[in-house]
Amino acid sequence: MKNPHITQNIAFFFLFLATLLIVVPVGFIVFVIIQKGLPAIDWQFLSDIPRHGMRAGGIFPAIVGTVYLVTGTIIFALPIGLLAAIYLSEYSKENLLMRLIKLAIVNLAGVPSVVYGLFGLALFVIFFKFGASILSGSLTLGIMILPIIITTSREALESVPYSFREVSLSLGASKWQTIRNIVLPNAVPGILTGTILGLGRAAGETAPILFTVAAFYLPQLPSSIFDQAMALPYHLYVISTQVPNVDEKIRYGTAFVLLALVLIMNLVAIIIRYKFRKRKKW
Amino acid sequence: MRKLKEFIIEKLILICGLASIFFVVLIFLFLLKEGLAVFSTVSPFKFLFGKNWYPISDPPQLGILPLILGSLLVTLGAAIISIPIGVGCAVYIAEVAPANLKEILKAGIELLAAIPSVVLGFIGMVTLVPFVKTFFHLPTGLTALSGSIMLAFMAMPTIVSIAEDALYSVPKTYKEGAFALGATHWQTIHRVMLPAASRGIVAAIMLGIGRVIGETMAVMMITGNAAVMPNSIFAPVRTLTATIAAEMGEAVVGSEHYFALFAIGIVLFIISFAINVTADLFLHKRQ
Amino acid sequence: MVNPVRNKKLEETSGRNNQETISNGVKFEIHDLNIWFGPAQVIKHVNMEIRSNEILSVIGPANSGKTTFLRALNRLNELNTNYRITGAIELEREDIRGIKVEELRRKIGMVFALPLPLPLSIFDNVAYGIRMHGERGKKKLEEKVEETLRQAYLWEEVKDRLSESAFKLSGGQQQRLCIARTLAVRPEVVLFDEPCSGLDPISTAKVEDAMVKFKEKFTIVLVTNNVKQAARVGDKTAFFLNGELVELDKTDRIFTAPQDKRTDGYVRGKFG
Repeated sequence: MKNPHITQNIAFFFLFLATLLIVVPVGFIVFVIIQKGLPAIDWQFLSDIPRHGMRAGGIFPAIVGTVYLVTGTIIFALPIGLLAAIYLSEYSKENLLMRLIKLAIVNLAGVPSVVYGLFGLALFVIFFKFGASILSGSLTLGIMILPIIITTSREALESVPYSFREVSLSLGASKWQTIRNIVLPNAVPGILTGTILGLGRAAGETAPILFTVAAFYLPQLPSSIFDQAMALPYHLYVISTQVPNVDEKIRYGTAFVLLALVLIMNLVAIIIRYKFRKRKKW
Repeated sequence: MRKLKEFIIEKLILICGLASIFFVVLIFLFLLKEGLAVFSTVSPFKFLFGKNWYPISDPPQLGILPLILGSLLVTLGAAIISIPIGVGCAVYIAEVAPANLKEILKAGIELLAAIPSVVLGFIGMVTLVPFVKTFFHLPTGLTALSGSIMLAFMAMPTIVSIAEDALYSVPKTYKEGAFALGATHWQTIHRVMLPAASRGIVAAIMLGIGRVIGETMAVMMITGNAAVMPNSIFAPVRTLTATIAAEMGEAVVGSEHYFALFAIGIVLFIISFAINVTADLFLHKRQ
Repeated sequence: MVNPVRNKKLEETSGRNNQETISNGVKFEIHDLNIWFGPAQVIKHVNMEIRSNEILSVIGPANSGKTTFLRALNRLNELNTNYRITGAIELEREDIRGIKVEELRRKIGMVFALPLPLPLSIFDNVAYGIRMHGERGKKKLEEKVEETLRQAYLWEEVKDRLSESAFKLSGGQQQRLCIARTLAVRPEVVLFDEPCSGLDPISTAKVEDAMVKFKEKFTIVLVTNNVKQAARVGDKTAFFLNGELVELDKTDRIFTAPQDKRTDGYVRGKFG
């Protein structure tokens, strides 16, 4: 142990071990879900309604419900999140208000997801009388992913060189013209990345939709935003814990579809980010 | 006309800029609105330190101490597992790993962060739970230990990425100075880099723990959900979050049970608020 | 507004300038201008006037306040949040704080130190300002773009590639594109902030040629680190040191018979 190089080798070995302890299980999880889930996937599984008390049939209503929820979430969260990011990057000054806003964003990001569920229940379902519905669920998820959209969009806006703003203003363009014509177009890829990451999160969350939208078993498609809906993550929870004797194939298949959906969204976000970095002109 | 349009847009931007503050306050107010009612039947002290959680007996007994201890036990276990592994992995990625491996590892960590908690809970149920059961010869694998292991995984992406950022932001000159004095790479890391990044690493750990306390689905699926005073990590426990998730569906709106679940929400909100504000102070002072 | 004591001091330091009576040709009048960034005062008690259709060169060592002075004229300093200003800048006898800032900046164009094309096509770069001031007609835009590119001696080089990204041009071409972009909104004054600092000698000569021709139409204020450039193109030259205007006079006098020892030292290269 006297020799510092031996100490170093031992230390680095443990650091490597720690890394393996994270990466290997991740690989294992993804591998197991693909190995056992992929064989369950066929057209019927994706397009049929659940049958025999969810012990047979497909998961189509859950897929549709999740798509509706994600769509509702983006319609609500993107405009507010983007405008908030514009405020933070273009309008606010370094003062107490700015500190408070940043702190609020950090806290919003830290609120436990089940507390969002409670909040959605109290405000949208009961107070606004939207009932358990796609609308209530989307609004709840929308508030939950606001911090992700604000933070990433703000980074994207701030990565547009300051000099572009100066040039535009020096030509007599107004502040909003500058933002609209110079800053926003060049921040689009970053904003898109953040939005997709946020939506991936929304698609996978269960706790916030437990009491605001999710239907245990609803073998038809929702027809309006005031309807309840099934959703993939909740469906996986239900068939894993609430319904006995569900075929493993169906469970793994559902987990596979959910994981694939979320990972594809993340992959798309990463590709956009990567392409944008390569193409950047300044 | 254009003036008016710009005026409206700029006002909208200001309103949305304040939206985060508005929503945080709104969440807290609605939790209070629905949750404070419980204290008309049970005192705050009895609520927090009562040992019995029988919400549907008559009269209901609403003491959340077993749930608080359940959360603490699971969180403590997760912290013990995730802190050394998470910080070790962050150091490895930031300091030791070669550049191309670094990118792969970071992608792996991002992947872990992206996996929905219900999927992790499901995998935990079908792999980890049976393993814990047979390995420790237990009547059930749905234990605090299983929950801790699963939650440790959910804390790690947060710990790794924030701690790694903290290590990166240590000025290069520190490192070069240590090397110039003839220190080995490891000596440089543990005598110079880690102390210099300590604030950020502490913040990383706190935020990771915040994630664990707030985690719901995975923990509900694999800790067994027994609302009793926990006495062993090999026994089932129930956390604050899982209680809300499991029982809100059955609670009658306006009942004491319903109010009590919202009161648990207040407790969770305050805990996460405290953790985030403290972590933010640590991160903020560093700059 | 004008502090008499300060004025007297100014007369001592740059006497000749104040003896000239204010005539029709005055574009800017600056009265007791003070500027702070946070606690640091970067412009101190500057009084001066700038005449129409002249090139005023502003020289001085680094951190002498010359760029801040320039950016005060089109109120670009206001982007900085801890910026504070006292005194008055008048454009044709009207306080610039009373002019709508967009209109002021249209009248007072600016060319920056580095070529800073916007991430748009060559055509759109030149058309940008015109569009922002409300011109939408395609025909009109095309005419104006061609006209201004010709003014900036760039038309022949770019006429076949107007839709290409402006970043594909060489550094010198980019800077002339920026000049064209500035001219396109028909300014009355053009501020140049060390416009040749990133350019090779040939590109520099082209830009300087353009400036000399422009003064028939515009008033030009040129901030430069290059004393020789000031001597080549300036009708008048102002020397700033530590935020103070040390001396302002006809360029040949500044370079041959300066009134102040510090000016003499600087132009002879003793410091800075």
